[in-house]
Amino acid sequence: MAKRSAALVGFTEWAPKRQWDRPMFGMEAAAELAAEALADAGIAKDEVDGLVIGGLQESPLFAPLAMAEYLGIRGHFAELVDLGGASSAGMVWRAAAAIEVGICETVLILVPSVPPPPEAGGSPEKMIMPAYLMGDAWGSPQSQYDIPYGLVAATPSFAMVASRYMAEFGVEPSTLAKVVVDERENAQKNPKAVFRGKPITIDDVLASPMIADPIHLLEMVMPCFGGGALVMTTPERAKRSPHRPVFVSGFGEFVSHKTVTYMPNLTQTPARPAADQAFAMAGARREAIDLASFYDCFSITLLLTIEDAGFAAKGEGGRFVLEHDLRYDGDWPLNTHGGQLGMGQGGAAGGLSHVIDSMTQIQGRAGDVQLRKADMAYVTGVGGLMASHVGLVLEGA
Amino acid sequence: MSQPIDGNGRPMPRRTPISAPYFDAAKAHRLILPRCPRDGFFFYPRNRCPQCLSDDWAWEEASGRGTLHAFTVDRVGHDPAQRSRLPLVVAAVDLEEGPRLTTDLVDCAPEDVRIGMPVEATFEDLDGETLVLFKPSARSPTEATSSGRGASRSSRE
Repeated sequence: MAKRSAALVGFTEWAPKRQWDRPMFGMEAAAELAAEALADAGIAKDEVDGLVIGGLQESPLFAPLAMAEYLGIRGHFAELVDLGGASSAGMVWRAAAAIEVGICETVLILVPSVPPPPEAGGSPEKMIMPAYLMGDAWGSPQSQYDIPYGLVAATPSFAMVASRYMAEFGVEPSTLAKVVVDERENAQKNPKAVFRGKPITIDDVLASPMIADPIHLLEMVMPCFGGGALVMTTPERAKRSPHRPVFVSGFGEFVSHKTVTYMPNLTQTPARPAADQAFAMAGARREAIDLASFYDCFSITLLLTIEDAGFAAKGEGGRFVLEHDLRYDGDWPLNTHGGQLGMGQGGAAGGLSHVIDSMTQIQGRAGDVQLRKADMAYVTGVGGLMASHVGLVLEGA
Repeated sequence: MSQPIDGNGRPMPRRTPISAPYFDAAKAHRLILPRCPRDGFFFYPRNRCPQCLSDDWAWEEASGRGTLHAFTVDRVGHDPAQRSRLPLVVAAVDLEEGPRLTTDLVDCAPEDVRIGMPVEATFEDLDGETLVLFKPSARSPTEATSSGRGASRSSRE
């Protein structure tokens, strides 16, 4: 029996940009995003009684409380989600669960990701993106057993997964490149995409510089600044919203490690247990989805998610992407917004772009890329070093 | 940032009371591993076994032999402090004793690295601590798959 106890009703999304021309603090960005998302949802600010956020640079301690105070929210639910790229999807199900158990009724999900104003003499574009992924404090295993060997940042970790996958299953580099090309095609229709006006070919991907074998430059997301926000509420209040309510009808989450070395099996991602949980909760079959909006920090992430979330047999992800047209007008639409590979990764808001892609389709607001039928979507989030996974089944009312 | 660096600016491990014997052994160019009497060897060292959360594990000498499980060749220096070492082969090695660890593969051209290749421990002394690196093994692949476990010797009081 699908859950129909919480609905996403509105959103806002800032176009990812390499250079951010309006630097502001995280709380300031969150306040702007909140106002925009509430206006989109047709929900009054004083109806908000729950809040979910990622981190706040300027106020890392008790961040949800600092945020509630800044926004003047008096509520029953304040949550910080710290699952890397899976955070946005993780925020969505935590908000849905809070509404379902009845602790609150209307939740703001806020993901600002912009650089702070320049300090005197400082660089306006500087944002703390630690190479050491905050694993360098004394006593952390990462600082003793991983960082000294150069295993830092995301790319080398996903590259190790890709190398192992290619050795076990023999996928061709051109197959991985095809996914990037299809996504880039979708991005051509997205006014917010950094790569709009820049279509590419498989040869372009394969000719781009090798960054960490076997990952080429064009198989990685472009890091950007950005931001996004969602409004979720009860089914009753959702009826008053101008847009079609989008129910969070199933969700799943799975974690087992932070650093890729300690992943029990490098080619079996946490996508499987998360997807099994999400689809069972939704009472839905994989075949029923109209749209896949999958977290795509790297091309290999998509291939493994397609397999492990149960859309292709193990080792058949390569054949699947070759046999299917993944573009918005294809037979298996994937990331109709262009994905983060095509749109740019607006920092932490990159994960939110997949939720917003699905909402846009289900609410019939997708413009040029609108699918003829868009009633059910599966959204994923991948965080850490192929380490945390969240899956969401979203369904239109 | 609290990661210590050596004289060349490279990040070094900073030992803790639990990990000190591991780093002492590395300084002596030996690889030791924690072994739980029920669940066997594990890596990395921690105060309790990650399977059963018991604390009655002991250090044992490891063979230093393993198999390359996965790797990447860092071409750009994701850690700027490692840029003097590029191209750097960052690897995950399956030890003969079972656990997997993060390391660098040295003494091997990047184009010659193969997943599944037999490797053996080698050591690099930094200013103050020693890293456990791996290099291609002199053994044949047949020996690599059939060799037994290293001598067991408890080194934990």
